[in-house]
Amino acid sequence: MSEQDSGNIPMVQFLSPEGEFAVPSQWGEYGEYLKRLTEADYLKFYRDMARIRRFDNEATALQRQGQLGLWIPAIGQEGAQVGSGYGVGHNDHIFPSYREHGVAITHGIDLMSILKMLRGVNHGGWNPDATRFHLYAIVLGSQALHATGYAMGVKFDGNMGTGDPEVDQAVITYIGDGATAEGDVSEALLFAAVNNTPQVFFIQNNQWAISSPTSSQTTVPLYRRGDGFGVPGIRIDGNDVLASYAVTAKLMDDARAGRGPSLIEALTYRIGAHTTSDDPTKYRSNEETERWKARDPIMRLEKFLRNQGVGQAFFDDCAADGDKLAEEIRAKTFALANPPFENMFKYVYSEPHPLIEEQLAWLTEYEASFEDEAHPSTQLHNVINEEALADKSGEVAPVENSGSYYGGIAGASNGGGE
Amino acid sequence: MTNFQEMAIARAINAGLRNKLAENRKVLMFGEDVAQLGGVFRVTEGLHKEFGDAQVFNSPIAESGIIGTAIGLAMRGYRPVCEIQFDGFIFPGFDQITTQLAKMTNRSEGYHRMPVVIRVPYGGGIGAVEHHSESPEAYFAHTPGLRVVSPSNPNDAYWMIQQAIDSDDPVLFFEPKRRYWQKGPVNLDQPPLPLHSARVLHEGHNVTLATYGPMVTVALQAAQIAAEEGISIEVVDLRSISPIDFTTVVNSVKKTGRLVVASEAPNFVSVASEVAARVAEQAFYQLQAPVLRVGGFDIPYPAAKLEEVFLPDADRILEAVDRVLAY
Repeated sequence: MSEQDSGNIPMVQFLSPEGEFAVPSQWGEYGEYLKRLTEADYLKFYRDMARIRRFDNEATALQRQGQLGLWIPAIGQEGAQVGSGYGVGHNDHIFPSYREHGVAITHGIDLMSILKMLRGVNHGGWNPDATRFHLYAIVLGSQALHATGYAMGVKFDGNMGTGDPEVDQAVITYIGDGATAEGDVSEALLFAAVNNTPQVFFIQNNQWAISSPTSSQTTVPLYRRGDGFGVPGIRIDGNDVLASYAVTAKLMDDARAGRGPSLIEALTYRIGAHTTSDDPTKYRSNEETERWKARDPIMRLEKFLRNQGVGQAFFDDCAADGDKLAEEIRAKTFALANPPFENMFKYVYSEPHPLIEEQLAWLTEYEASFEDEAHPSTQLHNVINEEALADKSGEVAPVENSGSYYGGIAGASNGGGE
Repeated sequence: MTNFQEMAIARAINAGLRNKLAENRKVLMFGEDVAQLGGVFRVTEGLHKEFGDAQVFNSPIAESGIIGTAIGLAMRGYRPVCEIQFDGFIFPGFDQITTQLAKMTNRSEGYHRMPVVIRVPYGGGIGAVEHHSESPEAYFAHTPGLRVVSPSNPNDAYWMIQQAIDSDDPVLFFEPKRRYWQKGPVNLDQPPLPLHSARVLHEGHNVTLATYGPMVTVALQAAQIAAEEGISIEVVDLRSISPIDFTTVVNSVKKTGRLVVASEAPNFVSVASEVAARVAEQAFYQLQAPVLRVGGFDIPYPAAKLEEVFLPDADRILEAVDRVLAY
């Protein structure tokens, strides 16, 4: 185990991997937040973690069957994501990276929006204002600055430190261990500190940035990354949904109250591949993965709930619920229509633009000229798609003869970012 | 009666900013040293005193941070105006401008409007050290989702900065820094044109000379010298670099049959190249001669003692005018 995972660093944990619950006195102020939870909340945490894992597995299958261009699994990180998501208040804003499916379900995002994006129907397309869950950011760390700017706006608007829970707001941004190496994250920490913004930086340290271990991104534990900027940090057991909930809730409360920005490092593990284009067997050992599987966030909450007397019927119901969700998204994904070509032009600018109008008019006429025959470029696409689908490994499909022109195939099946 | 006031370009931008800051408290002005100092060119002088930290403030020296937080503020409903201190300092913010700001409206299918203005003093001629004299406008004009403009005179500067702030799209506002103290009349009552319209500044019938920003003054000098020699040059000030008002340029070329495009930027893959290509597409039969470009050379901007050789002057423009007239 690396220094990152040495166990010598204090880490907030309420649920042990064996499902034993305890609030150590040093984490008492966070433990207080668990008193807000009812039994129904514990069950909800479990149900959402189980559902999102089932969703995740189904999405991987859909990618393998050619229904998605790419899938980005979050398996193993459900505790960090669902716990933290529920720690975010009803007025707060969330700036995710691209793996935060477990945060998305806690704020009512239609999961089909995420699948649509990864199928290539659009680049996001859910309403970030209404959901307060902003669009996925593919360029690593870019969203940390947007979150900080947004949090500056919250403060300028007077939505901080009034003590009125309907007025005060905070902002949370999710980044990975790899993204912490990006300059934008450092600049975001700096702007947050000098502006004393109401925000939390939530780092999911899942140990791997594609094939690069966290030790290649930092020599200092990531919970200390904000220190030099004036953003205090804390490490939590990211596979403990309760720790993730409580620490997020507390620090978001602090942020809303005007006590400044802070940082959470959630120690977790990406059980799956970086994306469906990745092959983790090339860079990490099975032993390592197995070791982390023993600390699985869903399993440990299940042990705890069973110890509390929750019966098999509940777990069966959650499994059935997950299967129903998987069936639903499968059917909906197969039914997704390709977007009309006008969509490419529609939102480039908010106001009219002569070049856009001219090119849309030209393309409309050009496309119409093929009305009575199959479009030659469509035919070519179909050939390529069939070839790509034939390769179920998810690796870039070699496309003979058209490979150089349609380099886009590689782009469609390759993952972006780390 | 129309209310005219004599102003330098820097003061005109300042006055335009003041109007918008006063009109809407959601308009913010920030960047490096823009508050108490008023920016290194004093374009924002007095604005901090008048509007306070709530609207005018200094940013850390981090261009990506300036643009990235402007995007977040725009999502929150603000209308940020960012100052990039010098042209050559914009590149640490390039990713946030081209990958985030330019694409945010498209990515969000219109949910996020991005009314962000990025003010950039640009161009050479001030005897500066490296990175203080560049003309990077083509990088941004090449990026879908951005608008790019450059005023050449105080009246345009006064109105175009206000129109840029009113725009719901991101606008790169390139300010011709060596003309900051050039004075001219500003019509305080009425904007001269929409933001993206070109204008014929000087009518002529032998050659069209299209240019923008700091080169407009040089082009007008060239037109005057040519007139003394009996050559009639029509000077078109593009004003907007993206989109370009090709109608005005093409109409002029249809009249004159000849086109020279001048700018300080290197010619290779430049705004001048785009104008040349478009005119070739739209006025092929009216052209009497090849389109010529007069630009900076395709080299890094030289040390100050060589910039007079580097920058196109009236003579370099007239040399090109002579060549197109030789056909």
